[in-house]
Amino acid sequence: MRPTNHRWRKFKNVLMQVITCVCALLVIAPLGLIFYHLLKSGLGSVNWAFFTELPKPVGESGGGMANAIVGTFELLALAACLGVPVGVLGGIYLAEYGSLHLNWWIRFGADVLNGVPSIIWGMVVWVLIVVPMKGFSAWAGGIVLGMMMIPLVMRTTEEVLLLVPNGYREAALALGIAQWRAVLQIVVRTALKGIVTGVLLALARVAGETAPLLFTAFGNQFWNRNLSDPIAAVPLQIFKYAVSPYEDWHRQAWAGALVLLLLIAVVNVSVRVLTRDRFAQRS
Amino acid sequence: MTTEQPTVAGRTQLEAETGRTVGDPVFKWLTLAMAVSVFVLIGLIGYELAHGSRLALSQFGWRFLLDSDWDPVNEHFGAVPFIFGTLVSSLIALVIAVPLSIATAVYLTELAPRGLKEVLTLFIELLAAVPSVILGLWGIFVMVPWLRLHLFPWLRAAFGVLPLFQGPIYGVSMLAGGIIIAIMILPIITSVSREILRSVPGLQREAAYALGATRWEVTRIAVLSYAKKGLFGAVILGLGRALGETMAVTMVIGNRPEIAKSLFAPGYTLASVVANEFTEATTDVYINALFEIGLVLLGVTVLVNVLAQILLKTFAGPSVRPQN
Repeated sequence: MRPTNHRWRKFKNVLMQVITCVCALLVIAPLGLIFYHLLKSGLGSVNWAFFTELPKPVGESGGGMANAIVGTFELLALAACLGVPVGVLGGIYLAEYGSLHLNWWIRFGADVLNGVPSIIWGMVVWVLIVVPMKGFSAWAGGIVLGMMMIPLVMRTTEEVLLLVPNGYREAALALGIAQWRAVLQIVVRTALKGIVTGVLLALARVAGETAPLLFTAFGNQFWNRNLSDPIAAVPLQIFKYAVSPYEDWHRQAWAGALVLLLLIAVVNVSVRVLTRDRFAQRS
Repeated sequence: MTTEQPTVAGRTQLEAETGRTVGDPVFKWLTLAMAVSVFVLIGLIGYELAHGSRLALSQFGWRFLLDSDWDPVNEHFGAVPFIFGTLVSSLIALVIAVPLSIATAVYLTELAPRGLKEVLTLFIELLAAVPSVILGLWGIFVMVPWLRLHLFPWLRAAFGVLPLFQGPIYGVSMLAGGIIIAIMILPIITSVSREILRSVPGLQREAAYALGATRWEVTRIAVLSYAKKGLFGAVILGLGRALGETMAVTMVIGNRPEIAKSLFAPGYTLASVVANEFTEATTDVYINALFEIGLVLLGVTVLVNVLAQILLKTFAGPSVRPQN
């Protein structure tokens, strides 16, 4: 081989390294830009009033998103009531029982369900809950988010349960414990941290969902006194303010987005840092 | 001490027996019921959408998919502008996102130094966690003005001969929608591709190294060609997400149901028409038409997702799966 060829190959090697590195930087550039602009435009409006006051009507400056912040947590609590038991128990079935064939189909179904656009979930729950109840409600919002959590929680639960060594199960069964107790008291307890992690990530994911809430929870400028009434949520409020023509509302939208993103980022980062060794093992 | 005899779990023998005979089957069936709720949900979604759109289905039938006129006032509904908008914006997104994210995945698995790898991975996972509505907010107030003032005029000056880059510039446009979708699907294509590349057996690489290949040559010959099918699956999965993206697109695409040649012209997608008009739909036919739009969207995304899952699962067994 001629030496020039060798040099060309080495050059190409370095070149590709640089090109792919630039691509990687381009991929994370939007994240940096979003954080920068959120801080620049939102930080000024994040103050005490933002967390404690109701939204002000158009034209009055000030006010906050207290109702939306509380509303988001209420919706998440409702969602968890539906999504966590169904998802965790389903994940237990996948990991502990089940046949190879059926499990393949359930996993497949869960992955397909994960790809259903969020707006479609909203339409389905609108028919199921909003129409019979004759109105938008917190219930509907919580149920739609809960349904979206099911496949997410199911898959992560299964994954962490499979990491529990089989010896644990065998040891428990050898002691004469019924299998369901062995599963709940030994296997699930061993993997509890992982399951909680999965649930938190699923909650962080649905916390930012807007589309399915548009015609279920609907949004509310005041406090929600009754779960059968419409309820405010931070993402809905951001959307409403962002597409409005008012400067004050834009500022509130930025502040809401900053708070929401920080919340989601904190959950994501802390969960990943706390469980780093487990994730490293898996991958 | 016959009935009081404690077992290891601190319960009596009798209770352990009931646990086995009653508790086990009950628990097993309970978990099974929860697991198959996945199918119930899929069936429910399909049924409700089909049921919700029955009026439109019977009134418009297949014409709905071929009619390009969307006129709620005269109750005339055709889905073509939305199908067009969804396809074009997703295509733009793929054109931008696929090379970037596969190159990033290659960098992360094959070429990057270890420390950088972890930081970059964390950032990419964070980008995946950014809610659509926040991206849309940023899109409206930062990206669209920048596109209007800088990128679009430049594109028009440089590539103005193509009909794609002609016509008036508003900022909100099909191209802006495509770019925002690209940002949303970058992390998912990257992380799935990364898992695919990682599952390429080390022997593949060693064989190529043994032939004296450079790092890049190893990547190209041994890794990328081996992982082709899986990477294709990752791209299709990204397409599935792109088709269903709602909030961010709605905020920057301009929401005008027309079919324009120029990418600078506003467009409309299936998902955003539902998001925008659902609560305003007053007549039954209107709501039914929106449900039919939802049905079309569901059909397309489920098909695309099934294809992606099959590609991913046949590539490397069930261990490779999309991260959310």
